[in-house]
Amino acid sequence: MEALISVRSVTRSFGDVVALDDVSLEVGAGEMVGLLGPNGAGKTTLLSLVNGQRKPDSGVVRLFGADPRKPAARAMLGTTPQETGLPPTLKVGEVVDFVAGHYGDPMPRAELLERFDLAGLAGRQTGGLSGGQKRRLAVALSLVGRPRLVLLDEPTTGLDVEGRRALWQALRDYHADGVTIVLTSHYLEEVEALARRVVVIGGGRVLADDALPAVLDRVSVRRVALAAPVPESELVRLPGVADISTDQAESTAGAGRRYSLLVSDSDDFVRALVASNVPFSGLEVRGASLEEAFLTLTHQHAADRGAAPEPAFAAPSAGGTASHGEGK
Amino acid sequence: MSTTTTTAVPASTAQGTVGTARLVLLHTKFQFLETVRIPIAVIGNLLFPTLAVFFFVVPQPAAQEVPAVATAMVGQLAMFAVMSTFLFSFGIGVAEDRAQPFEPYMRTLPAGAGPRMAGRLINGCIFALMALVPLVLVGWFLTAAEVSMAVLLLAAALILVIGAPFLMLGLAIGYSISAKAALAVVQVVLFPLAFAGGLFMPAELFPDWLDRFSQFLPSRAGRELLIQVLTGSDAYPLALPVLLGWGALFTALAVVAYRRDQGRRFH
Repeated sequence: MEALISVRSVTRSFGDVVALDDVSLEVGAGEMVGLLGPNGAGKTTLLSLVNGQRKPDSGVVRLFGADPRKPAARAMLGTTPQETGLPPTLKVGEVVDFVAGHYGDPMPRAELLERFDLAGLAGRQTGGLSGGQKRRLAVALSLVGRPRLVLLDEPTTGLDVEGRRALWQALRDYHADGVTIVLTSHYLEEVEALARRVVVIGGGRVLADDALPAVLDRVSVRRVALAAPVPESELVRLPGVADISTDQAESTAGAGRRYSLLVSDSDDFVRALVASNVPFSGLEVRGASLEEAFLTLTHQHAADRGAAPEPAFAAPSAGGTASHGEGK
Repeated sequence: MSTTTTTAVPASTAQGTVGTARLVLLHTKFQFLETVRIPIAVIGNLLFPTLAVFFFVVPQPAAQEVPAVATAMVGQLAMFAVMSTFLFSFGIGVAEDRAQPFEPYMRTLPAGAGPRMAGRLINGCIFALMALVPLVLVGWFLTAAEVSMAVLLLAAALILVIGAPFLMLGLAIGYSISAKAALAVVQVVLFPLAFAGGLFMPAELFPDWLDRFSQFLPSRAGRELLIQVLTGSDAYPLALPVLLGWGALFTALAVVAYRRDQGRRFH
């Protein structure tokens, strides 16, 4: 498999914060990869290393087999500006022409605008576009050079449901043309809709890297709430418990303390709970949020490595203006 | 996974890189459009030096009677126009661009930093020359100033070279501080330098101590060299070394500021 992206043992810190910690990743031609993880997990930092904006502290990053810091390595790469990052006084057509001018064989402006439902807006200043139009233009810019690899950072943030689906379709069409797409998201739904392969990043590490169904299995945790007059340790012993917390405010006399647990298989857990004869009451089971699912992956990962749980996802996103050490 | 590798884009065209000249033109055009879309910035830059000629040079009897004096007075304001354009467009322009989120995006396009910087320099020169047009016209029609066309063209080219130290100072400011701070710093630097350099009030009218001090300033040195080109009068002997010295210092500052900024944001 020809690796379009090759990241080997890459570490990157911002001051004291480790944004990426010994990350390795390969992406081959024709793949559609979703980078999933909570905000600050290191997704954006990883993309900024691949698109040549930043250098790793250690490790190697290759794009089409070359150093992404060299302009020639980026000749077949498409990326997207942040939605708010379009030059407001320039017209849509001018921005498209500017980006297109960097590539050897760009897509004609009319075709590009048509694909992204922006036809007729070429003469409009980008500052006058709606949020959805700006977002579509930003994604369109990533494709204008007919790249073989597209990196999309949170491509549909701020879009309504309809806009999101239209953009997904445009990306699927483009992928069907043989283009490799890597996108980040913190929406499971988005990754589910687009990606075949999912890489979960948390706390600067790759927590999971697998086909979509396998990852979905691993993150499909449930939240179980119940009241029980027993210590925490009694419940933690039950199967599949990934996390437990106590809700002090709701501790009711008689029923005992109210617990909230994350479990990997709620059916198994409830069966075991009943069998254990723990006197519980007020049982609730519901789907866990993606953030909660990440938490379990983080814990599993920490346990696998025999290390203490990760600190909270504190790494800053590298896309913003770097505030550290701003000179005066 | 690797079975779906039939790409619409054959790999052989992968290195379809674009020539440097085309990239420079592209970035020049892009930045030019960005600047002219806010017309007040352009008009303000164009008008201020010209208005200064209109109000401070035109009414003076000497400017109506003695061609050499009139030419020198228009020349010193031309120097001011270029110095002001360079300090504003590089000092504040660069500081503003650095805050734009579009700039990190541009770093991912297949072009190095070169075309962008070249576009920046070309635009600075274009706007500096644009500011000279109304100024020269007012000097030509409303004062006794006179130069041959050949000298005028030579002076127009040389004024950009003479102004280069201010361009570098502008870059040093723009790459060091935020846009808001740059606006203040540019003004604090520009007006005292212009005044003490004899760009508003002719240096010939300065008291002795100020005249002597003034000769060590880049603005005074630039003024004298420009007037030498325009009228043929000899500049003071130290003018060229003084300008070159400041030019070297400001260039070094600009390089340090640029490296630090790039290292901070794109390391």
